[in-house]
Amino acid sequence: MIRVELPYHLRNLAKVSGEVQLEVVGEVTLRSVLDAVEARYPMLQGTIRDHITQQRRPFLRFFACEEDLSHESPDKPLPESVVSGREPLLVIGAIAGG
Amino acid sequence: MSGVRVLVGTRKGAFILTSDGKREKWEVNGPHFAGWEMYHLKGSPLDPNRIYASQSSGWFGQTMQRSSDGGKTWETIGNKFVYDGVPGTHQWYDGTPHPWEFKRVWHLEPSLTDPDTVYAGVEDAAIFKTTDGGQTWNEMPGLRQHGTGPKWQPGAGGMCLHTIILDPSNPERIYIAISAAGAFRTDDGGVTWKPINKGLSSQYIPDPNAEVGHCVHHIAMNPNRPGVLFMQKHWDVMRSDDGGDQWREVSGNLPTDFGFAIDVNSNEPETIYVVPIKSDSEHFVHEAKLRVFRSRSGGNEWEPLTKGLPQENCYVNVLRDAMAVDKLDRCGVYFGTSGGQVYCSNDDGDSWNPIVRDLPAVLSVEVQTLA
Repeated sequence: MIRVELPYHLRNLAKVSGEVQLEVVGEVTLRSVLDAVEARYPMLQGTIRDHITQQRRPFLRFFACEEDLSHESPDKPLPESVVSGREPLLVIGAIAGG
Repeated sequence: MSGVRVLVGTRKGAFILTSDGKREKWEVNGPHFAGWEMYHLKGSPLDPNRIYASQSSGWFGQTMQRSSDGGKTWETIGNKFVYDGVPGTHQWYDGTPHPWEFKRVWHLEPSLTDPDTVYAGVEDAAIFKTTDGGQTWNEMPGLRQHGTGPKWQPGAGGMCLHTIILDPSNPERIYIAISAAGAFRTDDGGVTWKPINKGLSSQYIPDPNAEVGHCVHHIAMNPNRPGVLFMQKHWDVMRSDDGGDQWREVSGNLPTDFGFAIDVNSNEPETIYVVPIKSDSEHFVHEAKLRVFRSRSGGNEWEPLTKGLPQENCYVNVLRDAMAVDKLDRCGVYFGTSGGQVYCSNDDGDSWNPIVRDLPAVLSVEVQTLA
């Protein structure tokens, strides 16, 4: 089971509290995890990644296991701790704005 | 008994203000979508409980909401706004070509004939349409592709399509306005469009009388007199009596004719309201006084309306979509400020009272007149 922590506003938009837990079929990558998030919560489509380019929104970052994965290839396998569910994938909103 | 429901979009959420027909005591509900920028909310004229809302964020982009119960509950609807074909370029601030990029929805205009059909004005400027209640949105590409698009440029707030007016007497006719391109009209339901900017003069563009490039801030029309349009341009208050084919200035004795908001009394089509703003360098009201100016002669002769409004130490702005009128008699006039106040007049503007004083900065105000 993959654990994903969404930022406050996206939890509200998806009407969830706490972590999201997902089954991911096949290789566990940023792309496959986010595909699974968007499949379960279609209202999040376009809020983490651009609808067309699938690029990460500029003010969001992806962290896991104390590493910043934001600039990794979306098809690179995620760390084993995330795959096994010991650690969550964190979707983080930049600390910016008012 | 009749009543009103005021839909307020702010920088940090939406609020719904309700009252009976007297418009003296108010119930305040919200914030809905707390923390999000709510550029605009508007209800269907056919089904007032059907409300559409534009919700956006610098972090998470554009999302869209729909209510079927007058704003008590909401459901997320489609947020995929993709330009038709290869988007091409418009002018950037420095005059260089810049590709069209979708940023947000500024204005929603529900159809007069179908509650599932809505028009959306977006930044970068284009008009989209849904016919399935907001699940899917498709561009009406004839506007952006009619030929002058490469000459359009953003105003300080971005290159936004902020005004959509549907003509109740002619379902094929739609007016729109863009900062900074100007006003446009279609007479065939949105297939083809033409600029309607004759008579506008703007000193901040190389040819002050150019076909496009004018920073139109807002246009208003009394639905009982389609074809008579009132415009607050960047500077200048303008009027057209022929559907925008020709404009003339009606700023008259206004203390300053810079501003954003403009609206027309529902019962008196020659009674119009503006809120003069000091200048485009200082986006707050003139002389530190919050004054609505009313003309009862369709422009040129204006009187300040001050009763109930702060007349000293006031430095707020009133944005382009932040003024609305109800359909009661006497006409209710509403506006919201950058300081978070929403004011109501239940007597054509003669006197004003704050409904709320301390909301986040107000982006838009719409009012529904309920049976």
